[in-house]
Amino acid sequence: MELKKINEYTWEIPKQGEMRVPARIYTSSRLLENVKRDLTLRQAKNVACLRGIQRIAYVMPDAHQGYGFPIGGVAAFDMDAGVISPGGVGYDINCGVRLLKTDYSEKDIHEKRKELLAEIFREVPAGVGKGGITRLSRDVLKEVCIKGAEWAVENGYGSKEDLDRTEERGRMKEAEFSHLSHRAVERGIPQLGTLGAGNHFLEIQKVSHIYDQQVAQVFGIHAAGQILIMIHCGSRGLGHQVASDYIRLMENRFGFKGLPDRELIHAPIRSELGQEYYQSMSAAVNYAFSNRQMIAHWVRNVFEKIMGSSKGMDQIYDVCHNVAKFENHKIDGELKEVCIHRKGATRSFGPGREEIPSIYRSVGQPIIIPGSMGTASYILVGTSEAEELSFSSTAHGAGRVMSRHEALRRFRGEQIKRELESKGIELKSTSWKGVAEEASQAYKDIDEVVKVSHEVGIGKLVAKVTPVGVMKG
Amino acid sequence: MKQYEFIAHTADAKFRAFGRDLEEAFSNAALATASLMWDWKKVEKGTRCEIKVEGKDLKQLLCSFLEEIIYLLDSEMFLLGSVDKVKIKKKGNHFTLEALFKGDKYSDKYKIFGEVKAITYNEMEIKEDRPVTLQVVVDV
Repeated sequence: MELKKINEYTWEIPKQGEMRVPARIYTSSRLLENVKRDLTLRQAKNVACLRGIQRIAYVMPDAHQGYGFPIGGVAAFDMDAGVISPGGVGYDINCGVRLLKTDYSEKDIHEKRKELLAEIFREVPAGVGKGGITRLSRDVLKEVCIKGAEWAVENGYGSKEDLDRTEERGRMKEAEFSHLSHRAVERGIPQLGTLGAGNHFLEIQKVSHIYDQQVAQVFGIHAAGQILIMIHCGSRGLGHQVASDYIRLMENRFGFKGLPDRELIHAPIRSELGQEYYQSMSAAVNYAFSNRQMIAHWVRNVFEKIMGSSKGMDQIYDVCHNVAKFENHKIDGELKEVCIHRKGATRSFGPGREEIPSIYRSVGQPIIIPGSMGTASYILVGTSEAEELSFSSTAHGAGRVMSRHEALRRFRGEQIKRELESKGIELKSTSWKGVAEEASQAYKDIDEVVKVSHEVGIGKLVAKVTPVGVMKG
Repeated sequence: MKQYEFIAHTADAKFRAFGRDLEEAFSNAALATASLMWDWKKVEKGTRCEIKVEGKDLKQLLCSFLEEIIYLLDSEMFLLGSVDKVKIKKKGNHFTLEALFKGDKYSDKYKIFGEVKAITYNEMEIKEDRPVTLQVVVDV
């Protein structure tokens, strides 16, 4: 495949064959080697062939092979001529990250960090087969799906200020419950308020380096050593089922002949099925917002119990990593509404965008990029250039480079726990196997991923954080 | 004959399931899927679930069939221990599958060590040779 180097961090697959637009990859020479080994580039090329795609099909620095769209894929579609695709959002709808600040320093919690982690582990349900709060009724689940984090706040989980600092204010208004299948509802009922498993985690972190003091201040990050809380989870079985359901419904309605990849299945945005998917996806997005809202509340409770206070534990932000949205972007010099798909990518709105909370509007939105288990995570800030460069999007994480199978062959969970402990990082997990699968060696170098984002200008470095305590689902 | 084997895949789990016929291969694919989450050999088989799924083609049928395992875990906490009486029928352009899952409700005596989020079409292959070989990538 022809791959043209544009500059040090930008490569392009020129428009060819069925492609309607070029595909552009933001990466480094080193990260590109991994990307070339799997189907990422071919998948990016497939996305560029879809009807109504605008400007360029983008691939973020942490990209790897996905289903239909690559993970790290960003694509915008014309509202009238374009399509919406469940494979462009992914199975874990609104898998995302929430970040809380604290007024505690590393020293303040040092003596109690084991106790804190153990108590969080008791309070936050995690792992497969673990139920959430007492069995919900269908009516309550409906409210959760319609109102998202607002439902959680109304029911005593957290505060209104949390909503101000959540993407979409924690609620996508287009959500419609009646389109969810019986199965999606059945899977959603027992899992509300659970962390899940796989790559999902909850970390007690400390600020280890501040790159941009001024922006960090605005975000509430004041000094190295400050303790933060990061929560990474999604919409659980409900969201997975919405994705599977709509892939099947669209297949049955439109057929899949001629599609290079069956998960590229899509529907016109304005079609009945396209709208139904968008409304169901929005319901799953809301479920995930509510999930993280509840978990954040429990973490605050734990700090109150163990440390005596949860004062100052304000939410910095909550971002989606897997989502489709209607947003205004400049296309050929004109502002127009498009349907943007971010699959394994974070929105990175720069200063001035009205969608971001007023407290951040002068600097840009916070971007939260979790690293792999036990490694650094980063806080970045959105930029105005990202609009032109990537429809205001950047990376979402480290991205795997090694299969879980291979990780299991090479690493032992117990060994990883010992290694982390020797670095002063506590670890609690529901599964040793899960720990081995998530070994940091199985992931791309997060430092390199955020460096590319910073250098390209699609998300600028603000602070680096490292874990003190890790709870893995 | 091997029931199934796992193959390296960067982000997810990929397996091949084998069988003397389509039914046996489907049944082994179900066990391979369960093996990513629990040890199906250790599950008691006191609970029965009758399964009925449909598909526009064999791939969709396989997807729907394997999805039952995740759905039953999430909604009923049912752990699959064995798959019996798999029957696949073709009616025109349409496939149906019936099977009997035997297993147990999740309790503390079982360990769940992984999560399967979804069954995908990615790199899915169905080869009706001898043995019948099914290749599946699941999102974990």
